[in-house]
Amino acid sequence: MISIQIAKQLNGVEGEMNLQLNLTIQQGQLVTLYGDSGAGKTSTLRMLAGLLNPDSGKITVADKTWFDSDSGINLKPQLRNIGFVFQDYALFPHLSVVENLTFAINDKQNASLVNQLIDMMELGSFENIKPDKLSGGQKQRVALARALAQQPEILLLDEPLSALDLKTRFKLQDYLLKAHKEFGLTTLLISHDIGEISKLSDTVFVLKKGQVKKAGKPEEVFTDQKISGKFKFKGEVLKIEQEEVVYIVSVLIQNEIVKVIARRDEINAIAVGDQVIVASKAFNPVIYKINH
Amino acid sequence: MDWQPLILTFELAVVTTAILLLIAIPLAFWLSGTRSRIKPVIETLVSMPLVLPPTVLGFYFLLAFSPNNAFGSWLNEWLGIKLVFSFGGLVIASVMYSLPFMVHPIQSGLSTIPESLKEAAYIMGKSKTATLIKVLLPNIKPALLTGIVLAFAHTVGEFGVVLMIGGNIPGKTKVASIAIYDQVEALNYAAANFYSLILFIITFVILLSVYLINGGYIKRMPR
Repeated sequence: MISIQIAKQLNGVEGEMNLQLNLTIQQGQLVTLYGDSGAGKTSTLRMLAGLLNPDSGKITVADKTWFDSDSGINLKPQLRNIGFVFQDYALFPHLSVVENLTFAINDKQNASLVNQLIDMMELGSFENIKPDKLSGGQKQRVALARALAQQPEILLLDEPLSALDLKTRFKLQDYLLKAHKEFGLTTLLISHDIGEISKLSDTVFVLKKGQVKKAGKPEEVFTDQKISGKFKFKGEVLKIEQEEVVYIVSVLIQNEIVKVIARRDEINAIAVGDQVIVASKAFNPVIYKINH
Repeated sequence: MDWQPLILTFELAVVTTAILLLIAIPLAFWLSGTRSRIKPVIETLVSMPLVLPPTVLGFYFLLAFSPNNAFGSWLNEWLGIKLVFSFGGLVIASVMYSLPFMVHPIQSGLSTIPESLKEAAYIMGKSKTATLIKVLLPNIKPALLTGIVLAFAHTVGEFGVVLMIGGNIPGKTKVASIAIYDQVEALNYAAANFYSLILFIITFVILLSVYLINGGYIKRMPR
């Protein structure tokens, strides 16, 4: 179990902010931090990793104290058994893919782990290439494999998938889930993508201006009403037009624009730019095969 | 023709460059990462030789190392080292004098490396020293080369400091730049030209090779 009770004064884009957190994360969970930029998500990960010192508070991981301002305990990042996937990947440019992985392994650990990770993340075809020749998705897989090579208890990922296209993203979500389960990790992820969060995480914490505003299962957190929809899609409202007595809402779902009819009372809560869920349970959907 | 001053010059430059490399790497690493309040003071001291007349530096070294003064006599009595008018004194003065030429390229090289590279290595359990040697230095090879060559060339070209602290003792402190001055004073232009031309050619070749290598005109060995 990870318990984080910390306070930290931060100087963000919008001036000073007081980050105050009280989180508990069960072992083996995959947890997401969600929130606007500047809400304190990255700072939270960095404080857990020991790269940033909280002003006060306590961090304990499985009965071990990593940080305690009262007794002056502050474990160095070198001694906290974590894996960290940075937003810019932070691959060592002078080392090949294999060498990057080997560098992360401590001498005592078994060297066969590198081969296992190369197979698992499918890095074999470019294992001897330097990182600057790789695509974004490939770099991301190497970064993930390298973090796993340390055999960490906790895996921290700072918006690992945000720079990737949709297809690569879906594939990497699968890699991530696989790794999380196979290595029995406790994983903390920062993500802006509600679809991704729903797919991956057990629990989501919504951060706003340094405080946890909501916490719970993704479905509960992101929808006010509980919908037990047969199928549902997440999208963004592009346009709201009035047609006689009803309204037509254009919603961008992935790459498609879908028009949905809505009543006036439904429209009141929705504005252009909002993230919405389009769900249906009354109809039987018709399925057509798409011919390319 | 007397080759002694040229040989001495390059001996001095090699020793000075080697010592500078050992001092400048940790110093530049500290400067590139610290938020300490004394950082501006240290940076100023490192950069002083760029603007200070070499004779000023030489003058204070002369005073400090003189056996007539406290520090100089302590060195002499306790360690048996005499730094005035000796090769050892020349080396110490040259190290101080060329310090910015080694520190500045390494420091700016280190500051271009993303912070996350360093942090990633720390998280993998690597110490600061291991991170510096295995991650940071291999990624700033052009900066290291620039620092080494500039420090070397600058030491070859020094005159004022050497004259003040080293004097003009053949085989001990008479380096090529002093020898040129000496020969011109004696109206011996042929000898002066010999030393000058060699220094000119060597420094040209050294600097040209840096620009060729760092500019990518000479392909680095493929893996």
